[in-house]
Formats: sequence, C-alpha cells, structure tokens
Amino acid sequence: MLSFILILIAGAFFTGIIIRTKSIASGRKGPGILQPINDVVRLFKKGAVYSRTTSFIFQMAPTIYFSSVVMAMMLIPFGQSKGLISFNGDFVFFAYVLALGKFFSIISAMDTGSSFEGMGASRESLYSLLAEPAFFILMGSFALLTGYTSFQEMFAALHLGSYISYAIAILATFVLVMIAMIENSRMPIDDPKTHLELTMIHEVMILDNSGFDLGLILSAGYLKFALYGAIIVNLFIGMVPYPYAIPLFFIIQFLLAIIIGLIESFIARFRMSHNPQFIFALTSVSLLIFFGVLLVLGKFI
Amino acid sequence: MNYIRITNHQTIPVSDIPELDYNSFFELNTGFIIDHPERHCVNYFGYHVSNRIKLICCIADDLTHEIYVSSCSTAIQTRLQAFTSKLLCFEKFEREIHENFGIDFIDHPWLKPVRYAFNRADRTKTIANYPFFKIEGEELHEVGVGPIHAGIIEPGHFRFICNGEQILHLEIQLGYQHRGLEQLFLMKKSMLQRATLAENITGDTVVGHTTAFSYLWESLCGYQASRDVHFSRTLALEMERMAIHVGDLSGVCTDIAYQLGSSVYGRLRTPLINFMQEWAGNRLSKGLIRPGRNQFPFTTSLANRLTETFNAFEPDFNEISDEFFKLPSVLSRIERTGVVTSADVQEIGAVGMTARMAGINRDIRTSHPYSLYPELKHEPILKHHGDVYSRVQIRKLEVNQSISYLKTLISQLPEQISPNADLNKPGANSFTISLVEGWRGEICHCAITDEKGELALYKIKDPSFHNWLALALSVRNNEISDFPICNKSFNFSYSGHDL
Repeated sequence: MLSFILILIAGAFFTGIIIRTKSIASGRKGPGILQPINDVVRLFKKGAVYSRTTSFIFQMAPTIYFSSVVMAMMLIPFGQSKGLISFNGDFVFFAYVLALGKFFSIISAMDTGSSFEGMGASRESLYSLLAEPAFFILMGSFALLTGYTSFQEMFAALHLGSYISYAIAILATFVLVMIAMIENSRMPIDDPKTHLELTMIHEVMILDNSGFDLGLILSAGYLKFALYGAIIVNLFIGMVPYPYAIPLFFIIQFLLAIIIGLIESFIARFRMSHNPQFIFALTSVSLLIFFGVLLVLGKFI
Repeated sequence: MNYIRITNHQTIPVSDIPELDYNSFFELNTGFIIDHPERHCVNYFGYHVSNRIKLICCIADDLTHEIYVSSCSTAIQTRLQAFTSKLLCFEKFEREIHENFGIDFIDHPWLKPVRYAFNRADRTKTIANYPFFKIEGEELHEVGVGPIHAGIIEPGHFRFICNGEQILHLEIQLGYQHRGLEQLFLMKKSMLQRATLAENITGDTVVGHTTAFSYLWESLCGYQASRDVHFSRTLALEMERMAIHVGDLSGVCTDIAYQLGSSVYGRLRTPLINFMQEWAGNRLSKGLIRPGRNQFPFTTSLANRLTETFNAFEPDFNEISDEFFKLPSVLSRIERTGVVTSADVQEIGAVGMTARMAGINRDIRTSHPYSLYPELKHEPILKHHGDVYSRVQIRKLEVNQSISYLKTLISQLPEQISPNADLNKPGANSFTISLVEGWRGEICHCAITDEKGELALYKIKDPSFHNWLALALSVRNNEISDFPICNKSFNFSYSGHDL
C-alpha cells in the first residue's frame, strides 16, 4: 500500500522534473513542475475524437494500457512492506502485465490504419522484444541470489555485503534505468519532444488518441517512470526503517529524474538502426550480473 | 554564331538572340553541357510570341564568366525531342514547358505536372490526380507525408516507397504554394508592388530575390548603381546567409534531438536578425533593397553596432560549433547520412550549397561576380562527401567566411550616399538576365520587354527548382527516420519552387 501511494506522488512530479531540468540546461526557465499533471487534468475534462476507420479496440486500448500500469504498481513492495499483491513469481506477472498494456497500445495503433502508426508500432514491439531478456536475466539473477521469487522477499533478502554485490547493484541500476528509458520512449532511444512523425516511436502510436484517452496514456507514462524508479529504490533500501526510507525514496527518484534530464540535454539521440544494438547490449550487462551472482554463490566453476 | 554571349546583369535587344531551328537548338545546348562540367543550365523557358512559342535557353559558363543565350521558335502542341534524353538537368525545365504550353517532349522520362499554373495547357491535370511512381511488392509499403508538414512550415507531399525502415524511393510532389508570381509581375505595374512581390518569392531569401530583381530592373532601365547601393546589398546578402545558416544548424540539432545545439544556435540567430531590424526596420530585411535606391544608408554607428554584435556572436558560435562537431552522438547521426554523389549532383545540375557539398565548385559570387564580390575575391567553400555532415560543415564555414567579409566591408564604409534616382522606363524589346547567389544558391531572374517597354515576361528561378531532386536522391537506401535531417540539411524552399 505504502509503495502504491509513494509511486503516485513521485509520478506526479517525475516528468515535471525532467522537463524542468532540460529547460534549465538549455538556458530557459521552463514550465512549473506540475505542468504535466495540469495537462493531464485538462485532457481528462475533454471528450475524445475517434477516427471512422478505427474499431472498438482503439477505444478500449488506452484504458487497458492505463490499468496494466496500475496493476504493475500494485506489485511493487517498499522495504519491509509488501505490495498490494504479492506472490511467488510476481516479477513474471509484472513484466507480462506491462506487456499486455503494450500489446493493446500496439494493436490500437495498427487499428488506425495509418502508415505512420504502423511504423511506430513495429518499432515499439521490436524494442520491447529486445529489452525483455535483460529484465528477466536481471530478476532471475536476484532470485538465484536470494532464493526467493517474489519482489518483496527478493529485495528484503538482498543484503549488500561484499564488494561484488555492490557492483551487482550498480549494474542492476544501470540496466533498470535504461529499461525505464526504453519503456518510456525517452532519449537516446526515442525523442519525446520531436514533431517529426517519421522519427517517432511512442509518440507516433498515439497520434490519433485525443482527450480523455490521451490523458490516460500520458498519465500511465508518468506512473511508469516512477514505477521503475521505485524498483531501483528497492535495490538500496532493504530493511532501512521508514523515517529514513521514505525520504530516501524521494531523493533517489529526484536524482533519477535529473539524470534523465541531463542525458537528454547533452547528447543527440541514436540513429534508429543503432537502437537494437544498444538495447541488446543491455542483455549482456544483465548476463554480467548473472555471472556475478554465480560468483557470489560460489557456483562458478 | 548561333548564340550570343552576355555577362551577368547585361541587357540586350531580344532580336540579338539568334533564333535557331529546333534541331540545331538541341545540338547547341546539349553540346554546351556534355563534357563541360563548368557549364550548367541557369534557365530554360518558353513564352508566347503571337501564335508560336519561343524557347530561350541560358547556359552559364563558370570559366569564361559568360552566359550563352540561344532561342528557338516552335508551334504550339508540337512534339520535340527532349533535352532530357541526353541530360537529366533539363528534366524540370521541360516539365514546366510541357505543363504551360502542351509541348510534348519525346523521350522525356515522365512529363508530370510541376506547379499547376492557372493558365496551364491541360486543365485536367490536377493535384488530386498526380501520377505517382509505384513499385509493386509484397514486402514494400508506401508512406505518404504531407501536404501538411509536421512542423507546419510549408506544404509539400512526400511519397516514400520503403522496404521496412529502408527507403527505396522518394517522390516529392510540390505545387501547393503556387501563387502565379510571374503573372503578377506583369499585372502589377508600380515599382513598390513589384519589389514587394520579389521579397515574397520565398520568405527566407528576401535579400537574394530582391537583389536579383533590383539588378535586373536597373539594367533594363540603363541605370548604374553607385558604390553605396552595392555595399548595402552585399552586406545584406551576407547577413541573410549567416542568419539562415545559423537557424538551419539549430534546425538540424532539433531533428537529431541535440537540445544544447538547438537552443544555442537558435539564440545566436536572434542578434543577427535583430541587427537587420535595427538597420532596416525589419528582421527579414523587407523594404531594405529597392532598384536605384539606397533606402537605409549604412552609417558609422550601425557599423559599430555590427562589430559589437560580432564580438558577442563569434566566440559563442565557435564554441558551440566545436562542441557540436566533436560530439560522438551527433557525428554518428550526420556522417554518411543522406549521401548524394558528385556525379549525381553534376547530372541533375544542382546549384549553390547543394553542388558545393559534393565538391562541385558552383558559386555565382566567383563565376559571375556582381556587387562588391569582385573586391572580396570570394573563394567558395567546398566539401566532398555529399552527406549531411558536409552540408552542416559548409554552413558553419560559410558563417565564418561571411563574418570575415563583413568585417572587411565595414572597415571601409562608402563615403558618398547617392541620392535616390528616378529610373527611366525600361528599354523596348530588351532581354536581361540577373544571377545572384542567395544563401541557397543561384537565383536567376529573366525579363523580356515588349515594344512599349512594358514587361512581356518575367521568369523567376529559385535554386530549389533543380535542387529538390537532390533530396530525393539523398534519402535512397537511408532509413526513413533519417529523412528529416536530410531534408533540414538541404532546407529547400517550397514557395520558391512553386512561385
């Protein structure tokens, strides 16, 4: 329960902080931190417009996408406290409930019949496909290390004792940050600011969505960021008591948002054909974690 | 001799242009260009003379600094051998002649409409039924972009044929912006109206087109502009080149999502156009250039302000350029992206920056000098790879070059300010051609007067007219997601093409 509320609060600020960091880095003042939330509230007040070529799938997809993210949020623990739902192997459920939401957003993009959206859908599915092994090897390694298969037990048992486990946690943070960037279509994979349909990935898939539906998709995106931030926080807080853990949660989320903002300010995005290579390289980092775990457990011959 | 040699901005009687039969006209003009890389076609057009069509072809020679003009008279609705069958650089010109007069060119690859002029020969050809090139295939798909541009700039339709992410073919359909400018030049009689029209041929080359118009008009009226007029025009041309180049660098940064470059270059453009506001009261230099007039004399205090502007501009510009050209993520986007080979550029007869980025030395400032360029001894900047990187580098280097030219110019301000002259009426039955190097490349204006000295024909050619094809060639075998940076690195004009 605690993590659910914390993620909601962090989600409200996260995107605002990224945008603000980017504005300051380019010498502008930038909009207020709550501007993304104001935008969503404005969209929620509006009705949606539907193209005549679309079917019920297009109208259904934003809601499924949003609820898949909310469902995933419920699985995230916070230190000692469990998530709203917790069972053995819940990280597999986590990955596939998000995949379900993505599946619906992909077929809803195909449903519009636009050549742009089809292009975006094919890119999005390719990149999610490539990012999946990285996530599973990472979580699998943790399961192997701790001997548990649910988020809460895994993170609670994750004691950072030796140097090698610090190395593992840092690598895991890197992998999770990068997966968060891919899942949320941020730089250097995708450029959320561009107006050019031909270069977009996520944005082009939601070109036809408007009003309430668009509000749902945007707010799901904000929550997703905080969701991955919360997993990263869990790597570090372990059994730390609440009075320290809660501020630490916000500090880590804040730093994460600033780091993303800075990355987006000072590099150019990748060429589209370099993206698969980059994403697949994450899997090799996860493999490194896997071998690190084998080393810690003494199972490495 | 079956052609006449003239220099830039020279007026001759129309009767001095030798009129040939079509076969010798064909042999002469194709012969000029084949095996002569230093020559290219600057304009080829037709107009009605009583019941026949007169074709006039102007070939510029960069070595002799002359323009070879020849003409041919032909009947309406006739069939002629296409120049394009031998030389691809005539493709667009012949399509235009076909569209306007219904002349059927044999062996032309495809006589598609160009800009749907109101008085075109075949009114059944419309934007809606434009014949696109098609490739059939299971694994291929078509992507249509536009006519409304994603950045809501100007309208144009791009039809891609792709194999997955890879572009096989791009066809560019323009003509959405046609305003009938050439016709308006004949209808609007006052100087102010015509100058305003020239300013609005394309909004980003105000100085270039107005300068071309002014030199042409002065030449028709037999007026010699004084030094201070030349001075203002040279200064304004270089300022415009800088402002647009810096703005385009910012645009390229935006397209590759390099935020630092986009905001810094964007900011650096402002002092340049603000200086134009200070000088001429308009950030786009509208109202600055008029035939026979020095509207806004360049004073010492303006010169000081310009020096101050440069002192603030130059260090920042060089710093961000160093950063930009060294950043690996930027280089990986722009190197070897959108390559047009030197041979292709030569074949399609591209001009200006588009030619220079592929190592072809084509610059009106050296080949057919005007204004104060002979004094500046301009050396064109050449790059050889023909990719986005070359195009971006040329912009950066041309900005530096323009700064040094401007510094030289303002170190010696013209002393006398000439009074505004009232121009005579243009001479009767005259022909004039005016070439000016705008920031995009060679701008060509041609005018012909009738027996009363009124304009009988005004022909405008923006560099975009033959350069658009270079964009279509550059994106082949590139990823479709690289199209925007290819497009931005050329930055052709829609309205300049559509007129």
